[in-house]
Amino acid sequence: MSIMAERKIPARAAAPMQAVKFYQTGTFTVGNRLLAEDQRSVQANMERTNSLNSGHRACQGCGEALGARYAIDAAMRAANNQVIAVNATGCLEVFSTPYPETSWQIPWMHSLFGNAAAVASGVASAMRIKGRTDVRVIAQGGDGGTTDIGFGCLSGMFERNDDVLYICYDNEAYMNTGVQRSSATPPAARTATTMAVGREPGNVFGTGKNLPLIAMAHEIPYVATASVANLRDLEYKVTRAMGIRGARYIHIHVPCPLGWGSNPADTIRLARLAVESGLFPLYEAEHGEIIGRTTIRRKVPVDEYLRLQKRFAHLFGAKPDLERIAHIQALADRNVKRFGLVDATVAAGG
Amino acid sequence: MLKQTEGSRAVAEAIALSRPEVICAYPITPQTHIVEALGEMVKSGELGGCDFINVESEFAALSVAIGASAAGARAYTATSSQGLLFMAEAVYNAAGLGLPIVMTIGNRAIGAPINIWNDHSDSMSMRDAGWIQLFAETNQEALDLHIQAFRLAEELSCPVMVCMDGFILTHAYDRVDVPTQGEVDAFLPPYEPRQILDPADPVSIGAMVGPEAFTEVRYLAHHKQQRALTRIPQLKALFQAQFGRASGGLIRPYRCTDAETIVVALGSINGTVQEVVDTMRSDGVKIGSVSICSFRPFPLAALREVLQGAKRVVVLEKCLAVGLGGIVSDGVRKALSGIQLNGYTVIAGLGGRAITQESLLQLFADAHADELEQVTFLDLNADVVAHELEREALARRSGPTAEAILRRLGTVGSGIG
Repeated sequence: MSIMAERKIPARAAAPMQAVKFYQTGTFTVGNRLLAEDQRSVQANMERTNSLNSGHRACQGCGEALGARYAIDAAMRAANNQVIAVNATGCLEVFSTPYPETSWQIPWMHSLFGNAAAVASGVASAMRIKGRTDVRVIAQGGDGGTTDIGFGCLSGMFERNDDVLYICYDNEAYMNTGVQRSSATPPAARTATTMAVGREPGNVFGTGKNLPLIAMAHEIPYVATASVANLRDLEYKVTRAMGIRGARYIHIHVPCPLGWGSNPADTIRLARLAVESGLFPLYEAEHGEIIGRTTIRRKVPVDEYLRLQKRFAHLFGAKPDLERIAHIQALADRNVKRFGLVDATVAAGG
Repeated sequence: MLKQTEGSRAVAEAIALSRPEVICAYPITPQTHIVEALGEMVKSGELGGCDFINVESEFAALSVAIGASAAGARAYTATSSQGLLFMAEAVYNAAGLGLPIVMTIGNRAIGAPINIWNDHSDSMSMRDAGWIQLFAETNQEALDLHIQAFRLAEELSCPVMVCMDGFILTHAYDRVDVPTQGEVDAFLPPYEPRQILDPADPVSIGAMVGPEAFTEVRYLAHHKQQRALTRIPQLKALFQAQFGRASGGLIRPYRCTDAETIVVALGSINGTVQEVVDTMRSDGVKIGSVSICSFRPFPLAALREVLQGAKRVVVLEKCLAVGLGGIVSDGVRKALSGIQLNGYTVIAGLGGRAITQESLLQLFADAHADELEQVTFLDLNADVVAHELEREALARRSGPTAEAILRRLGTVGSGIG
């Protein structure tokens, strides 16, 4: 994908535009109450479906629970409530359905850890053959169920262009089994299988998969990244994906207080810092071509993001590991350049 | 309609007549011809109302079938050998979820060493996964069993494997009677699922179940198979009444009345066994045989009924429980609990080795004289084994076993005798 850095990526054209922007103090979040009703988020609507209802057993501050509710509620609105969801094994599956306490208000199925995309293909096939084209199918899983064990089935679903929206809630490790490394775990992060010991504490550099780019390489109709810190963007992308037929992929960054060793109250803050540092770029692509990206209004250094998490604590001891922090900063800077995340005119103070 | 056709083609036609809605295909020898034929039927429009999906693995094949079945579609797939093992997790899952998927197993050995020829190791490895397992003796029975399988699976909400010997049946051209669409429709009603993913009536399927209910869920899976013990003979009778052919059922005894020695076997080898029984009977030997069609559920009572008058039982198995001996033998012995008779396990036909009448004649004669070991490997080449053991004793780095044996045997081409 090296050509991407050379190519000028056009600004997003189809995103909901606002004539005037209003921000809450200290954040860049658009204040819902200041918007016209038809521009307000699905979550702000009393009629939202609460597809993942309250009462589930997610941890305090769980980013995945938020992400799933945001995404599925938006999908429900876009599909006139005709949605079937298939779930990979993982936190979301476990905390939402210890029977008889299912939190799902939609038809929902869990089969195995590694087959959510294939099961969803089967559901979509059944809907197609029965003429139920009004019913839309979503598969969802964590990063382990998506980037590792479920990758074969996911790639197959992409390649066949099956009519499924796959949503990955990426909290960057196997949280359900106790925080083990996945191929989405960032470098230097401490997990239970990449402990902060030895000469190179934490996860190694130079490994892992970038699944949104891999999804784009399949040239499927739609790929997007999203963050729980940017609700309106997330809802926009889910809505856009639901307006398209064929294989679609949305990769949502969802902080995990338990696995990351962060304050549950900082979940949204962390998700936002990941975006604003450049570590988690927000963009969307159609048929393998990037069609839009969310620019960073105020770029922050990566240590603002890293410091809030115990999984990176070994970088900030009495003797900070400046070399590795600089390496992570370089990764963020590369994303900024690669995806055109900083608008040149804004960066120049324009 | 009578046709001279390949076993795989006959099965494909039976599947098409059963009005499947989703077929998932992944190639593995020797089941491939079945899904190839179905793919052509769907693409040409001959089989309408059906989606044919080329997936990327057997694990995906069954997973797609799981999703389709849970969404209310009649789903079918086929596999063999390594493919069945690769989908093992989904095999258990489909049964645990109670999804009435029908899957053909073109029975084939499991490697290493890699081997594409027939034995029963593959489906036997999944014997406790919760699927009903029916073994076909002939291509006609394979065709008929698939039509029965959909009805049985859907009545019980339990997946069914129809097992047919790879190559011996799948690739053999034989005369089969292919029923009409009207006849099959009269026997097999449309699929009416017990559970369905439907936005109008949302349910959660596949939730976590803890110690408070897991035993009960598993017991009910067992109970379902116990009910199948009653239902399978009923379906055989219903099928016979409509189609005029005896196919399926739990077991099929052959000349067992007054038999002192009874041979038990599964699948296509029963034809050869029956010929040997005929030969020995004409020589005055009191011998008979039993073909087990339903391996899961295992027909304990039916077998006991047939075997209890005999003096000895020879279980002829196309699979090996390494470190124990036979797999089918275990069930047979359980069927004979408390009955004193001699039991012999014979491991035969592994990896496609031909089971000849000549070998069986000698084997059954030895059994009839109670001159068999408890576990016998039919036609085992003792020289090859002894030489390999000796070679391994001589050098620590003796190298890979299978390759050393092949080197010693030299080029034998397709000599499998």
